[in-house]
Amino acid sequence: MRIALFITCFNDTLFPETGKATVEVLERLGIEVDFPVDQTCCGQMHFNTGYQREAIPLVRRFVKVFKDYEAVVAPSGSCVGMVRELYPMAAELTDDRQLLYEVEELAPKVFELSEFLVNKLRVTDVGAYYPHRVTYHPTCHSLRMLKVGDAPPTLLRAVEGIDYVELPESKECCGFGGTFAVKNADTSIAMLGDKLRHVLDTEAEVCCAGDNSCLMHIGGGLKRQRAGVKTVHLAEILAATEERKQP
Amino acid sequence: MTLKESDAFSPGKTPHFEVSARESLSDSQLRRNLGKATRTIREKRAAVVGEMPDWEELREAGHALKKRTMRHLDDYLLQLEQSVTQAGGQVHWARDGEEANRIIAEIVRSHDAKEVVKVKSIATDETKLNEHLERKGIRAHETDLAELIIQLAGETSSHILVPAIHKNRAEIRELFMRELGVEDLSDDPPDLTNAARLYLREKFLKAKVGISGANFAVAETGSVCVVESEGNGRMCTTLPPVLVSLMGIEKVIPAWRDFEVFMQLLPRSSTAERMNPYTTFWTGVSEGDGPKEFHLVLLDNGRTEVLADEIGRQSLNCIRCSACLNVCPVYERTGGHAYNSVYPGPIGAILTPQLVGIGKSGSDSLPYASSLCGACYEVCPVKINIPEVLIHLRGKVVRHKQDKGGLKGKLDPENVAMQAMAKTFSDRRLYEGTQRAARIGQWPLARSGAIHRLPGRLAGWTDARDLKPVPDQTFRDWWRSRNGAGTGQ
Repeated sequence: MRIALFITCFNDTLFPETGKATVEVLERLGIEVDFPVDQTCCGQMHFNTGYQREAIPLVRRFVKVFKDYEAVVAPSGSCVGMVRELYPMAAELTDDRQLLYEVEELAPKVFELSEFLVNKLRVTDVGAYYPHRVTYHPTCHSLRMLKVGDAPPTLLRAVEGIDYVELPESKECCGFGGTFAVKNADTSIAMLGDKLRHVLDTEAEVCCAGDNSCLMHIGGGLKRQRAGVKTVHLAEILAATEERKQP
Repeated sequence: MTLKESDAFSPGKTPHFEVSARESLSDSQLRRNLGKATRTIREKRAAVVGEMPDWEELREAGHALKKRTMRHLDDYLLQLEQSVTQAGGQVHWARDGEEANRIIAEIVRSHDAKEVVKVKSIATDETKLNEHLERKGIRAHETDLAELIIQLAGETSSHILVPAIHKNRAEIRELFMRELGVEDLSDDPPDLTNAARLYLREKFLKAKVGISGANFAVAETGSVCVVESEGNGRMCTTLPPVLVSLMGIEKVIPAWRDFEVFMQLLPRSSTAERMNPYTTFWTGVSEGDGPKEFHLVLLDNGRTEVLADEIGRQSLNCIRCSACLNVCPVYERTGGHAYNSVYPGPIGAILTPQLVGIGKSGSDSLPYASSLCGACYEVCPVKINIPEVLIHLRGKVVRHKQDKGGLKGKLDPENVAMQAMAKTFSDRRLYEGTQRAARIGQWPLARSGAIHRLPGRLAGWTDARDLKPVPDQTFRDWWRSRNGAGTGQ
């Protein structure tokens, strides 16, 4: 099977290790990964902040770059959520029926990494080794928009050596919310405070999630507090082996 | 607790959400009261909803019923008018809050009443009826326990269903001792209720006019319905000889049998009860039973504008259960007053800016009072896609700023940054160039592997969070180095 990797502009620029890990996991499972370099940004930040006219060219670009692939996989719940759930709404804003048609064709073929592995490939053990105490924060878009359900914890539990621990009140938002984190910084930080408390209660060394945006927010708080807990993307844990450098 | 004199429905500008939120976030008593109350109701709701095997089908049915009603709202309203009139009631149409207040004050005055008793009603809060009556020399007594509490305290509601959710029993005890002149009062809920009961009983018996809102009105029969927990609402709707009900036009439901759906959805979603304690229905007037005169005032006040918006109109489907408030991580921390509206929480964030209109600075901030986590949509009994409407309204706010905000709107730093980024993302080479520029440009900010302080509006991030610097190699650089020239080049 040949898939296109949708890296997301955020991971491309700030979290290249997540991208490398995603490629590694998929290739380990015999998937042929292609990276169309013309991809840039899906337009989520623009669209969700209200700059919807500005997001339309990015929607068109995404469709053009990815439409001929059998499947598109991304290590981000929120960017996949944008494409799968909000692209139709974006396309409706234009009078372009062709765009709407193409969006509706493409959207169901775009997957978040964990749901692609568990629901599409039917794999739960990806052959990873990660001897650390890990808790998992289900990000809102992967949980409530994409409904990835138990896919990420199922993958984590199958990792060799892992000490997996449930996060209390895990389904509550961490307070990131894209530009919300800056526009409503006080509320965002108040939400983060409670999330950090729950993370620390687990006594985990690593807090993991399927979105580096939420992790950057959680990790930024942990680092500022010198909490000694790090954030690692799910893909990097799944890519970890005895031989590979541990994230 | 802060006293809010004006809100989005009052004349004058209201503060932005983020400004009001900052104030309430630092109120530790409020945080404690709200955290405790919302957690309790959340857990109870989840339990009673969980025991319904057909809950999702019920939600679907509630959604379909409301959608159909909105599609034919004009027909159902005319049918309602006819049914109410036939049953001996009188129907009045009010274009806005002012007109509604005028109609109601006129009815009260025509009966020489100086005092009225009220059932909890957000519609009358929206029109500021109490203040209007006060100006006409008429005293309105709130009889819902929580409404009474905030009326005595001179505050406004902070929750759709439990207006005094921000107060704990110790605060209420103090208030009652001060305002009702009760001595020797404990903070035990039955004691507090008894004190209110004694005070209210006299008001019920004396009042000539009762004023209510309406949860539902049936087009088919003309029956109006109030759903409440205390029985005080039933006192107001049955004891005084005159009853006036103010109802938003979206509250009409087509037929009596539709209650089957709503009476299952509403109590479980709102108070987490299997069956609602006091559900009062009345159809016009009945000889020798209840009020001798009944007036139904139908309020538009921006609702037809909302109805005209294909995405926004689902906001009118709301049955005011407040489940969305109780699960909202933003509401739980900021409380209702930060929304500066009689409609707080997620539903308020979509309803208020639409009812008052986009471009009223304060309420334009409300669609942004959400992290778009989607918890509200998940619990909404009539499946209002609140995140979708929030995003839609953000679009309207930005377009209004860009198209009608003049030079100031165009030069707004956020707008400038967004335009620049949109341009960058639309061209791969420009995007890759910007990635390189960010790596080089961050050197004055990055210290020992982290950015501790960002400039300007972005400082909100680094107030409590470090930021990871841009690494030396982008993913695409790595991909190219691994795959030679790479694909798609």
